[in-house]
Amino acid sequence: MSDTPNDNAPSQSVYPVSSGDPAIYECILAAIVDNEPGVLARVVGLISARGYNIESLTVAETDVMKHRSRITIVTSGTATKISQIKAQLERLVPVRRVIDVTAESDAIERELALVKVEGSGEQRLEAMRVADIFRARPIDITHNSFVFEVTGTRDKVNAFIDLMRPLGLVENSRTGVLSIRRGAEAN
Amino acid sequence: MNAITPPPAQSQSDDQSAATQAGAVQKSGADLLLDALEEQGVEVIFGYPGGAVLPIYDALDKRGTIKHIMVRHEQGAVHAAEGYARSTGKPGIVLVTSGPGATNAVTGLTDALLDSIPLVCITGQVARPLIGTDAFQECDTIGITRNCTKHNYMVDHADRLAGVVHEAFHIATQGRPGPVLIDIPKDVQFESGSYTAKADAVARPTVAKPLMDDERIAKVVDMLRSARKPVFYTGGGVINAGPRASETLRALAHASNVPVTSTLMGLGAFPASDRQWLGMLGMHGSYEANNAMHDCDLMVCIGARFDDRVTGRLDAFSPGSKKIHIDIDPSSINKNVPVDLPVIGDAGKILAALLQKWQSTEVDSPCDPARLDGWWAEIASWRGKNSFAYAKSDSLIKPQYAVERLYELTKGYDTYITTEVGQHQMWAAQHFHFEEPNRWMTSGGLGTMGYGLPAALGVQEAHPDALVIDIAGDASVQMCIQEMSAAIQYGLPIKIFILNNEYLGMVRQWQELLHDKRYAQSYSASLPDFVKLAEAYGGEGFCAEHPDELDDKIIAMIKSDKPVLFDCRVTKEENVFPMIPSGAAHNDMLLGGAVTGEEISAAGKVLV
Repeated sequence: MSDTPNDNAPSQSVYPVSSGDPAIYECILAAIVDNEPGVLARVVGLISARGYNIESLTVAETDVMKHRSRITIVTSGTATKISQIKAQLERLVPVRRVIDVTAESDAIERELALVKVEGSGEQRLEAMRVADIFRARPIDITHNSFVFEVTGTRDKVNAFIDLMRPLGLVENSRTGVLSIRRGAEAN
Repeated sequence: MNAITPPPAQSQSDDQSAATQAGAVQKSGADLLLDALEEQGVEVIFGYPGGAVLPIYDALDKRGTIKHIMVRHEQGAVHAAEGYARSTGKPGIVLVTSGPGATNAVTGLTDALLDSIPLVCITGQVARPLIGTDAFQECDTIGITRNCTKHNYMVDHADRLAGVVHEAFHIATQGRPGPVLIDIPKDVQFESGSYTAKADAVARPTVAKPLMDDERIAKVVDMLRSARKPVFYTGGGVINAGPRASETLRALAHASNVPVTSTLMGLGAFPASDRQWLGMLGMHGSYEANNAMHDCDLMVCIGARFDDRVTGRLDAFSPGSKKIHIDIDPSSINKNVPVDLPVIGDAGKILAALLQKWQSTEVDSPCDPARLDGWWAEIASWRGKNSFAYAKSDSLIKPQYAVERLYELTKGYDTYITTEVGQHQMWAAQHFHFEEPNRWMTSGGLGTMGYGLPAALGVQEAHPDALVIDIAGDASVQMCIQEMSAAIQYGLPIKIFILNNEYLGMVRQWQELLHDKRYAQSYSASLPDFVKLAEAYGGEGFCAEHPDELDDKIIAMIKSDKPVLFDCRVTKEENVFPMIPSGAAHNDMLLGGAVTGEEISAAGKVLV
């Protein structure tokens, strides 16, 4: 929360607001939550009820002893909107804290995808070559198909999937983004 | 994440069971619940029995330690608990059954969420093995109420029950207050478990880290000292912060000579008789309050949230002012209106810090006492408009006149006012004047017709000797009128003062202004005879049709020791003025008199 956020950001109100054209930026939020029944529904319900943008959301328990999960949310909006999303998430009782991973420095971002490609002959070889360049590993092989495992930023995963499309892409499955800050310090 | 998956052994319950299981007395879930409620100091529960809460009712009856008010509809139970909470500052307690019991409570819970009223609502649920089978009177109470409570719980084991109750009270009352729901399957109510004392219960923090360091407080005081057109814009947060916060607000306003306006929810925090009082602001607020908001150079918002009913058109909202926002909820900051200086924390504590800083700074370098003379002169000219004025009548009862007379004739009494929602609510806010906090109970955020009658029930239960009046409309009052029966049963002599204009008045007013006077479905046809209705319930009925008889009948109503329905026949097509039309700015108010309907722009018409 800034002391001087007079940037006329879009508002939740139905009344018209004057707005310049405030910059929209993408951010990755990490919510550390108590892993209790319904916590994911609370977070998702809040986002949909308030009409926030959401590009991906991943969740898993990260601290078994304390029963804490980390929910990673990729969203976008003006600076004011993002601080509003953060504040709204922090109102939820099981949400212990919300970190804007992208706030201070570039965060490390990774996504994992499983990509199934069907084909034979030259097409199959080309798929193998592209996979090699992307350092994607084949984890299931038949005479006419591969399942590749690829990790990287969303851009890299998108690029890999786009390249596989003409080479017989039949299905893909993605984890959504995980993110963590660079450096020694924990958030 | 299924609501009833076996509990990922939470740290909370681990600690509790370790602390309590050794040699602890085993009791049924129903008894554990009541133990916890008793330890929390609960005196009264508003509720309605049903299959899934029978073990709790059985235990309640056997013990006789907590009073139970049986309402006639679960919505009434929640509003009654709201009235109890709002007039005492203590949390209100609701107990209802599963399925329809829970869904009927939803409106009340949403109302409490929007107006930040502390409630603990206990719902029964079908037994654990039946959950998810579409059992009789089963509904997904946790799912349904997730977005209309501050927090909710499904209790999956009796051992966990007491700890959950204690945390629920903590969450309902700390930080920004709100409703918390606890869903208890019927077999958990029978199951044996051990008790967790309040002191041993884990309570997660619900209060945001305060942002009110000395430097920030000093900055607010500096801005106040250098302002030439300051205004305090206060809200329900000041009431929620307790009576001391209202006292401190008064002291700070008097010390700084700053004018004070308030939202609908904040009425009573600052005395209406004070010369610094501008009246309520917003859509039907006073001319002076709204113009002061528009023209000020410093706006200090304390415990309010820049609601659209307050701000009107946002791009023309107080364009020349610096804005300070004092609130306990960080998500309220910059939500609708960007502010220059947020201060996060309890309104009472922040006001006390501001007062102290103001006083210590005054010692060293006193402000020029004349610094606000020009501002007060401007305010005086706006006051000259007398914006709450209306055309008087000798032959017909004007609704504003009725509220004025009610105010004058109840002056010597210990009076609490509740309202329904609509025109009568605005006339009550404009013409009934409050000197103290916690005297005014109204549905502000959600705008729930049917709130006032059951809320009056809860207020009267909390203040048995007080005069509790629900200022109602003929349409609203019928939404929860069944609670007259509860009023009779428990000897709660609430007075329902109905401004009867035979219309859904506010709907009619908007149709007049926005829809070329096509009054679609807003005429209250087939109204009951309210006098006979009162008598049918066992109460007393009065009807006033002429201004000459109004005073005597109001006095008779006040003197009655029974619940009363007062049918006050008022002029039918009176509108609430002044009014900021939809989509207009604060300095663009319609005053009473000739209004053609062309004042509202096409863009404004789509707004609610």
